[in-house]
Amino acid sequence: MISSNLSAICYLISGILFILALRGLSSPDTSRQGNYFGMSGMLIAIIVTFLSIGSLSTSLIYVLVLLLLGGTIGAFIAFKIPMTAMPELVAGFHSLVGLAAVFVAIAAFLNPEVFNLGISGKIKLASLIEMSIGAAVGAITFSGSIIAFLKLRGIMSGAPITFLGQHYINLLLGLGIFILIFYLCKTQSANIFWLVIAISFLIGVLLIIPIGGADMPVVISMLNSYSGWAAAGIGFTLENTALIITGALVGSSGAILSYIMCKAMNRSFFSVILGGFGADGSSANSNAQTDKKPVKSGNAEDAAFLMKNASSVIIVPGYGMAVAQAQHALREMVDKLKKNDIKISYAIHPVAGRMPGHMNVLLAEANVPYDEVFELEDINNDFANADVAFVIGANDVTNPIAKTDPKSPIFGMPVLDVEKCKSVLFVKRSLSPGYAGVDNELFYRDNTLMLFADAKKMTEDIVKNLD
Amino acid sequence: MEIDPFIFRLSIFILSIFVGYYVVWSVTPSLHTPLMSVTNAISSVIIVGAIIAALAGSSKEIFSSSSIFGYVAIVLAAVNIFGGFLVTQRMLQMYKKKKDKKK
Repeated sequence: MISSNLSAICYLISGILFILALRGLSSPDTSRQGNYFGMSGMLIAIIVTFLSIGSLSTSLIYVLVLLLLGGTIGAFIAFKIPMTAMPELVAGFHSLVGLAAVFVAIAAFLNPEVFNLGISGKIKLASLIEMSIGAAVGAITFSGSIIAFLKLRGIMSGAPITFLGQHYINLLLGLGIFILIFYLCKTQSANIFWLVIAISFLIGVLLIIPIGGADMPVVISMLNSYSGWAAAGIGFTLENTALIITGALVGSSGAILSYIMCKAMNRSFFSVILGGFGADGSSANSNAQTDKKPVKSGNAEDAAFLMKNASSVIIVPGYGMAVAQAQHALREMVDKLKKNDIKISYAIHPVAGRMPGHMNVLLAEANVPYDEVFELEDINNDFANADVAFVIGANDVTNPIAKTDPKSPIFGMPVLDVEKCKSVLFVKRSLSPGYAGVDNELFYRDNTLMLFADAKKMTEDIVKNLD
Repeated sequence: MEIDPFIFRLSIFILSIFVGYYVVWSVTPSLHTPLMSVTNAISSVIIVGAIIAALAGSSKEIFSSSSIFGYVAIVLAAVNIFGGFLVTQRMLQMYKKKKDKKK
């Protein structure tokens, strides 16, 4: 058994190692080292916990077996998961953190003696407030993440589910939790504690169902943030520095990511939370398609010819590319172009994938070197000097209407200035609008050549024509 | 007058939010997905609470109602720890520079 002062210092060290883990992510070079810092921080925290308990009963064996069981499941998932499914995986993992927070809070409520929180029925006031907040936020994270997971996985429709008075119900339930926590402090009644958790589960569900599929990047980041605050709440209850530091880090990280995502879509955080986006898009695009504007369409041969004679090509990938599994064919195409001394770069919009940075991972998986991949603000000026922009699987993020038409729902959203290129190659199945339900003006530009086909098949055809 | 230990923990908490704010803004956008998976893994340090709860039972009563919640929480958090760190590692292995082409 080690002294509680020593263990507190060890927890502080693991907290610092977690900070270094995040710090490492400032560049891909240092990121791997950062991940090892994170792992060692976790190892220290777990070992110190075992040592600080000291009197180890037979239940230690069960703990180790369960640790190993969970670890094996986790490792198995980590190696099997396809990179396109990362958003679901992260949502699923968030739900586990949330549920673990709820269970730890319940354990602390039922057996406060082991956590030094007073005795059952007479738990210290501050601890009671902390653990009920931890449990409530954890429960919201859990059920919210489950809904996000189901929507991302396609088990549940991505369409927003809205009903009358929805936000008032959420507000009432939220207020109800505060009142219940107040009564919990007065009465220490277990039933009220259970009720707080039950209502929180309900809020989690109600909070996420009105949010449409297009806003999922914000939702995942938001739930990331919640899982952090839940951990911090439990950290206060357990008086554990490692948990408090981690909770604060994760909480602010998720909040920043939500902010970046909202800004990239030019949506206020509140309008995302209130939901309903994408539900009314159908009427807008139906009248847009009635006035038939001329569209130039071409085939793989034309595309290959254009790119062969270019000196620089910018590739604009979107989630559609990943759905069509075209990234490896794309990489093959790029390799051939590079042999002809054509300069290639990739332009990534912050919401190109389905979670922050998703597209970068997908390109990295296809062996695209990360120093050829640029963010929107770094590359937007280069479009004017490039010969060809190759848009594959992206749509709304290239729509010039976001800069010109104040009436458009996507007006003000930062977009890639694809139209400034000498010629634009746009791979798409049809002229249908994207997630936002807005017709893309780019289709009808003189310098745009539409390539109507499946992204993967078209890219493969272009590769053949490049020989 | 003595300062409540809660205030010390609150100070750590607030300062960590600031540290988190600056550290996360310095994360390059191309690594935002690994950032999310690694934050997921580290928030599972909640496992320390689960271990304390699980080991609380005496040798006669290993499965008390509160320790069972601890056991389940251990499994949940362990899935997250291993899954989170390993999937992050897997992603980070993929990020390569132009020069070091292996093939």
